[in-house]
Amino acid sequence: MLARRIIPCLDVRDGRVVKGKQFKDIVDVDAPEVLGKFYSDNGADELVFYDITASSDERKTHYEFVKKVADEINIPFSVGGGVSTVDDFKDILRKGADKVSVNSSAVKNPQLIKDASERFGAQCVVLSIDAKKNDEGSWSVYVKGGREKTDLDAIEWAVRGVELGAGEIVVNSIDEDGMKKGYDVELLKKITDRVNVPVIASGGAGTMEHFKEAVVKADVDGILAASVFHFGEIDIKELKKYLKEEGIEIRL
Amino acid sequence: MNVMIDYGMGNLNSAQKGFERVGLDIVVSDSVQKIRDARTLILPGVGAYRDAMALLDKLELSEVIKEEVRNGKPIIGICLGMQLLYDKSYEYGEYEGLGLIEGEIKKMEVSLKVPHMGWNSLNFKDKDNKILKYINEGEYVYYVHSYYADSDNSELVAYSDYEIMIPGIVNKDNIYGIQFHPEKSGMVGHNILKAYKEIIE
Repeated sequence: MLARRIIPCLDVRDGRVVKGKQFKDIVDVDAPEVLGKFYSDNGADELVFYDITASSDERKTHYEFVKKVADEINIPFSVGGGVSTVDDFKDILRKGADKVSVNSSAVKNPQLIKDASERFGAQCVVLSIDAKKNDEGSWSVYVKGGREKTDLDAIEWAVRGVELGAGEIVVNSIDEDGMKKGYDVELLKKITDRVNVPVIASGGAGTMEHFKEAVVKADVDGILAASVFHFGEIDIKELKKYLKEEGIEIRL
Repeated sequence: MNVMIDYGMGNLNSAQKGFERVGLDIVVSDSVQKIRDARTLILPGVGAYRDAMALLDKLELSEVIKEEVRNGKPIIGICLGMQLLYDKSYEYGEYEGLGLIEGEIKKMEVSLKVPHMGWNSLNFKDKDNKILKYINEGEYVYYVHSYYADSDNSELVAYSDYEIMIPGIVNKDNIYGIQFHPEKSGMVGHNILKAYKEIIE
């Protein structure tokens, strides 16, 4: 059967990875392909590179890092951040990424999901959703890095995204992000119940138990985390050993 | 000279790197002459079956590939490239393949999520096949596909379970096929390509 995936997320700014300072032999800013290879060699099942470059004018040249990553690592990886056109998809996939993720731009223009999916296949179109619980007890979709609330319901947006052709859904919980109290399993479960594509949990990891919880309680296919890996709080190999011992299908 | 056939289906860079990492020199080409001169052939590919066959035909490569392989030239098909080696596919219609291996490409009819995407473990059938030399049964490889090869399994070397049996590695004489992506399967994929290099040398 398929193994659940452990996915470190790397933020890239101006072609360099930010974070990662407490790893031995790794300085606090490094080339994406160097950190990518480090994670690939140390048990990551997949990588996500998120381009947080501020200036969209220069974004095109910043995707240059994608080719270097593709040349160096031999596990799948996705690239997101600032993707807003089918040409951006083409550019990133041509440089060797396996998947491209869209977030705010898909909210603004849902047709982008459909166009990209028809052109490149659903398997490389990832819909990333930033969600936050609202006063009515449901979850609203936020855009622009969590700064702007929309009228969309997160669960309905996930369902719609899959109908449009998204092949994978990443659910980032704004409430849990950085809190280290665990993933939003309630929201995740509601989404995995509704869609028939892989769902990736994001936001809230603090302990190894949180990873187990996301799989056992919400049946997610992959679990994404950033700081706990970058700052060496959780070692991926140990995490995977733990999950395997807990009876979860994992690639060791 | 090992020629990776470039017929316009997807980015070949990762696949090329995968073979180069085990020390195989790769020339990426769509030239009939290069395919004739090649010592071995690599048929990569992602995308739709129909488009792939149409492009191979348009470039007049189908007949050349068939001829060379029937004359004993080693070929390895990766992902869609493996599926093209079979007789035909039912992907969005019915399309003829290269017919180098008997069998058909069919849609996965399973209750699990399709595409079959992610790391799945390999079970061995033809345990002594040299391509398995450097890997162990139960190790994981990375798949992304919605169609699979259905045959009498006489060519089956290794497979994964996904409700149904998914052929992962196949081999008939000088013909190899790999359904998953060895170039994306970490050290296990590397070790498979390393063994393949020894087979063709």
